[in-house]
This record gives sequence, C-alpha cells and structure tokens, in this order.
Amino acid sequence: MIMDKREKEAGNHRNSPDTAIYTQPTPLTGAEAVWATLVGEGVRDVFGYPGGAILPVYDALRKFPIRHILVRHEQGAAHMADGYARASGRVGVAMATSGPGATNLVTGIATAMLDSIPMICITGQVSSKVLGTDAFQEVDITGITLPITKHNFLVRRTEDIAPALREAFRIAQSGRPGPVLVDITKDAQQNSAIFDFAAAAPQPYRPHPMLSADSTSIREALELLRTAKRPVILAGQGILHSGAMEQVRALAERTQTPVACTLLGLTAFPASHPLNLGMMGMHGESWVNHAIQQADLLIACGMRFDDRVTGSLSTYAPNAKKIHIEIDPAEINKNVHVDVGLIGDLKEILETLLPRLPGRDGAAWLHAISAMKGDAAVHDIQHLPDNGHLYAAHVINDIWRETKGDAIVVTDVGQHQMWEAQYYKHDRPRSLITSGGLGTMGFALPAAIGAKVACPEKEVWVIAGDGGFQMTCPELATIVQEQLKINIAIVNNGYLGMVRQWQEKFYDKNYEGTPLLSPDFVKLADAHSIQGTHVRHRAEVASAVETARRHPGTFLIDFHVEQEDSVYPMIAPGAALHEMIRRPKQNPLVETATEE
Amino acid sequence: MLHTFVALVEDKTGLLARVTSLFRRLNVNIISLTVGGTETVGVSRTTIVAEAAEDRAPRIMASLYKLEGVLDVDDVGRHSAVIRELAMLKIAADQSTRSDLFQLAEVFRARIVDLAPESLMLEITGSASKIEGLVQILLQGNYRILEMARTGRMAMRRGHHASNVLEALGDTTPRIDPKTLSGVLKREAPDLLKDENHA
Repeated sequence: MIMDKREKEAGNHRNSPDTAIYTQPTPLTGAEAVWATLVGEGVRDVFGYPGGAILPVYDALRKFPIRHILVRHEQGAAHMADGYARASGRVGVAMATSGPGATNLVTGIATAMLDSIPMICITGQVSSKVLGTDAFQEVDITGITLPITKHNFLVRRTEDIAPALREAFRIAQSGRPGPVLVDITKDAQQNSAIFDFAAAAPQPYRPHPMLSADSTSIREALELLRTAKRPVILAGQGILHSGAMEQVRALAERTQTPVACTLLGLTAFPASHPLNLGMMGMHGESWVNHAIQQADLLIACGMRFDDRVTGSLSTYAPNAKKIHIEIDPAEINKNVHVDVGLIGDLKEILETLLPRLPGRDGAAWLHAISAMKGDAAVHDIQHLPDNGHLYAAHVINDIWRETKGDAIVVTDVGQHQMWEAQYYKHDRPRSLITSGGLGTMGFALPAAIGAKVACPEKEVWVIAGDGGFQMTCPELATIVQEQLKINIAIVNNGYLGMVRQWQEKFYDKNYEGTPLLSPDFVKLADAHSIQGTHVRHRAEVASAVETARRHPGTFLIDFHVEQEDSVYPMIAPGAALHEMIRRPKQNPLVETATEE
Repeated sequence: MLHTFVALVEDKTGLLARVTSLFRRLNVNIISLTVGGTETVGVSRTTIVAEAAEDRAPRIMASLYKLEGVLDVDDVGRHSAVIRELAMLKIAADQSTRSDLFQLAEVFRARIVDLAPESLMLEITGSASKIEGLVQILLQGNYRILEMARTGRMAMRRGHHASNVLEALGDTTPRIDPKTLSGVLKREAPDLLKDENHA
C-alpha cells in the first residue's frame, strides 16, 4: 500500500492544476477551494492528519499538486510546519481534523507564536448546523487558540474559505510574523461556491499605527551611536525576519561594534565574523555578558529583551543607553526601558541610519573585550586529553567539524540545546532551528522533518536529549514513509538533564522525577528500518558522525554522555547578568584559574 | 491608576472576546467595559476602563492595535474628555419615603422611571463620582437598594475632534503621539480634568 503511494508520488502522477481556475471565476467545492488557495499562495507541502471533519478536504487533495506528509501526531504537524517556515522563510502549513486533532496542534501553535513564526493551521470543524451542540469531535478551537495565534478564523460558508485563507497568509507573514488558524466547518467544505482567487485577495497590509522612526528619533540614535565608547549590538531573530543580515553586518563593521546574539539570533550574524562575541544571556559566555554589563550603548536589533537574556532587570546594563529597533510597538519599554525606540522594519531603519553613520575606531573597546575573553575562552576541546569521558560538548563540537558548520541543526530543548548554541558555530542564516520562547521539548524531530522537506538539498541534523526525543519519536515512521534523509544525534545522559542541573544547583541535588529510563534508541530505530549506532567513547564520535553522513538514509546515533554534566556559565534565576556560575575546574572544559 | 481607552473595532463575531482576552493575557484588570454602535455601520465603539500602572498604557494600546479588526485606539483619559455612565437603581420605597426620594432625585438630576407600591426606580447619568455620591447618600439615609445596574463608562473627547473611523479605515496617519513610546518623559502633561473623572 505504502509503496504504491510512494511510487505514485515519485512518478508525479497527480493531476496538474487547472490554471484557468486562477484566471476566471470557477465553481469549486469548499474542499477544492482550500487546495486551490494554497496552491495559489505558493504552497507545495502540507503536514497533516486526516479525520472526519476534514475528510472532504482530503478527498479533494488528489486534484492538486501538493505533497501531503502524514504525521503520527498532530503536534508533529505543527512543529513540522514551524520547522519548514524557520528553514525556508516561507509559510508552513499544518492540517488536522476537529476536536482532538485540533487540540493536538496547540503546543505547536504556541511554540510558533512565542517565536514569531509564520505558520497556518487548517482544521476541520463540525458542520455549521450542529456547531455549538457539543457534537462528536467538536471543540471551540478558535476560542482555545485565541491567545496563541496572531489571528484565527472560523469559516462557516464556502464562499468565505478563499478570502479567509488568503488573509491568513497575509497576516502570518506581515509585520511581526506569527501563526494563524483557519477552522472550516464540514458543510463549508462540502458545498460549492464560485472560486475567484483575485477577488479573494486580502486587504492590503496596514502597518501598525504606532510604528515610529521619525527624523528626531533617527537623529537621537545617530548621536548615541556617534558618541558611544563601549557599544554592543544585540542581534535577534528579527534580523532574519526582516532580511537585514547585510545591514546589521554593515552597522557592526562601520562602527566596529561587537555583536552579541540571542539564541534565535545566532544565525543572523556569522559566528566566524571577528566582531561576533557569541550568545548572550543565561548560558552565554562570560565575556559576552560582561561586555553587555559594561557597555555604554546597546543597539537592540529585532530582539525583545526576554528574561533569559537580561538576568535581573534592575541590574541590567546599568550604564548603557539603549536603542531598540523593533517592528512590534508592544515590545518597546516592555522589559527594559529604552532611550530611543525605532519602531519599524529593521532593514529599512538600518538603511536610513547607515549612510549617515561615520566610521569609528572601536579598537580600545574591542581590546578590552578580548582581554576579558582571554583565558575565559573555552579550551579547544579537540585538544584536551581523552580521559575516557564522553561530554556532550565533544559530540556537538565534532558534529560541527565533520559537517563543516554547513548543516541545518534542529535542536530540542534543554542542556544539549545550550551546548549546541555554544559549540556549533553557525555561519549561515536559518541554520539553527530551535524552540526559544516556549522551550518545547519534543520539537526537534518533527521540526527537522519540516526543515528537510523545505530544504531537501541541505544536510539536516537533529540534536535531541533522551527526554525530549521520546516525546515525539513516533515521527521516525514519518521519516521512513516520506523517505527522508535526516541525521539524528541523541545526547543521552539518563536524566532530564537541564531539570537535573537546576535540582543540583537550587534544590539540594534532590533528583525527583529526573532519572530517565529510555528504550534502546538504536533498536527503536531498527524497528523503523532506520540504521543506528551507540557511541560511548570520544574516539568514536567523529567516525560515527561520518558514517551517519555517508549513509543514504536516515541514521541515528545514541551518544551515551557523562550523566551529571552541567551547562556553564549559568545565571541563577534572579541574579544579575554578570553574576555567572562559571565552569568548575574539574570539568575538562575548564577555564584557567586567572578567570575565577 | 485607571486608564480609559476607546477602541473602534469592526463589528464582527468574537472580536469582543479578543479584546477582553488581551487584557487578561496582559494581566490587566478591566473595571468596566461598554460596547455599542457608532456613526459608521459595521464599526463598534468600546470604552474600556482598566487598572494598570501609568507607564503601561502605550503597551496596552500597541497590543490592542495588533488585534485584527481593531481600527483605532485612543487613550482618552489623557485628554479633555466627557466621561459618562448610566445607572439604574431600584430602591425600596413606600408612600412614607417616596417624597424624600423625589427630592433626592431632583438634587442629583436623576429621573424616576418606574414607580411600584413598594419600590421605585431611578435613572441617573453622569460621572462615576456623581453616581457613587447618590449611592452613598441613599445608604446613609438607610434606604434599601434592591437592585443596581451600571453601564460602565463611555467617553468622548471634547471639542473639534472628528471621529477617526474614516481615517482609521483609510488614512493611516497616527493620531497618538508616537513619542509616548520612546520615552516616558516626553509624554504630554496629564490633563487636569482627568482626575475629576477618575475620582
């Protein structure tokens, strides 16, 4: 059965779309209108799971050139659409039936909302005649997702399907992006109406009325930039959304200003660039956080001063003036009071600033940061003696070396996520996909599937912990059914590692609920006809990574790492950004004594 | 402090839920909320009185504007505005107490809108403090308030201030002072009348 379907898809036997439906109004069923609108919006792939209330839509799929990826749980569909969007910049689309299908999307929608990811979820809904009667598999999904979507629609009439979907695409991508849910009743899918793609075009994007980057604020910003002695650029994900990578780089180079990145902003500025300091915040390197604390000017670009990057607000960058360049007016002065808010598209604003910005000699400040970096810099772990222990940092560092930093890495949430951020150096935009705001365990595997579908030519690596991997590991079957090539690295320490680390530091080593029994992941892979191997020694890491890369299909490596390793540096909750818990000396990744 | 926002929104199912859900999400308590028609078909006017720290108003406004279907938001508490509320009170009254209540109603410019053997109903329009004044007098006079219904505040800016519905639908020029966002100090001085209405 499955092979038949694969052959059919490989042979592209699907009917090509009738392009006439886009040039002249045509009667279509609501179900056909769904696909016709998606095709018209440029969608090629949809991640979904069928069910009663969405069956008319599935029935019409065969008429349209769209690849449907059957997931194993709707949460997977949402994360896949999310990973698809993060890897490509295009809108990801997930589909589910009513009731439980829709509620299973919720975690994935919230993940996309917190990280401002353009995504559209289409759900089936019970027929409009029984809406509101607690019908079978009826749930008020527009009510449930109201606070975790940028907007949502309940569509009851066939003729409203195309306009709602087209508006959903406009909303998902414009301004600060975000997820949009479109709930369509079964009768709206079944009935017919005239489909007029052009007439269904959404209202033009109305920029937020509080956008403001007037000449006075620009002048003030320029003055702060000119007079700053110790400036730091804070690079966030907004740089990727705005496509302002070149402009931020020009700003940094012109003014010789060092750049600190948020977790989601790590790929917005090349890691190998001499002005890149690295990641800031709770697990940022010490010199990055010290630079921010000592700065006299912060230029925040497309970031939102999340509590994970500021530490205690009352002690945050106390001597710094702050320029906040951000498209969402609701983020200005939310956590950190700023001196100049430039509210609008980052790229446009930087293009206004740059021509008026003189060059600047930043040598003294850069030297001062270099001195802080000095011995605090992590030893090249490749040259540390092999003491028989396998550390997650080794694993990630070796994956970076073997892939030459060129892979798309999709992480889960926890210790391995922070180690990835520290030891995998990303030089390409969108090459790290990770759940930052919501911190959703189970994100990695499905999001990697989405990334691979979006970018089939790219090498994709999953880096997940043993805990998070088990949350969504049924999607291994999706990988096999879709014949995808993904490399999976499980950083297996037998604990819910980040929680254990908090218990070690703040709960007197009371390891309640964190020791974790896992299946043999290699056997689990084998059950899916996926090859895999265990790695217990450091000497085996590089060759295992190489084997995975050369293997034509998906390959899983179960790395059995040091069980009670912790992520350093670390800022305790409520502590100031510079009050870091540093790497202990017995750790092979130790810093020298002069740093302590 | 109490903030009074007027939001013009598209008259669509569920939009009110979006507005109230936003306040809940922002952890801001709504004191009163009124919704009704405007001079434009398809546009509803909501007046929201909410309790929040003074510097939170710009973020509340910015968040309201982020909702699809919100056309215009005005922080009227910061401007010279007429703020009114309507209340209906059913008071226990028989022949012996009625005439006193008639007098009281006259003083407060309230109207008697229903008269029954054992009760009467007052309708009063005015600022919140005027309504609260009447309630206080009634309670001190040992009258029994059987029922009270208050509408919550409605607000409209004074003077030449055309409705912004058309502007909101077409012209995107912001009426709010964008400076309120980039520095608290640059904010215009609070209006003196504001306190009267918030007393």
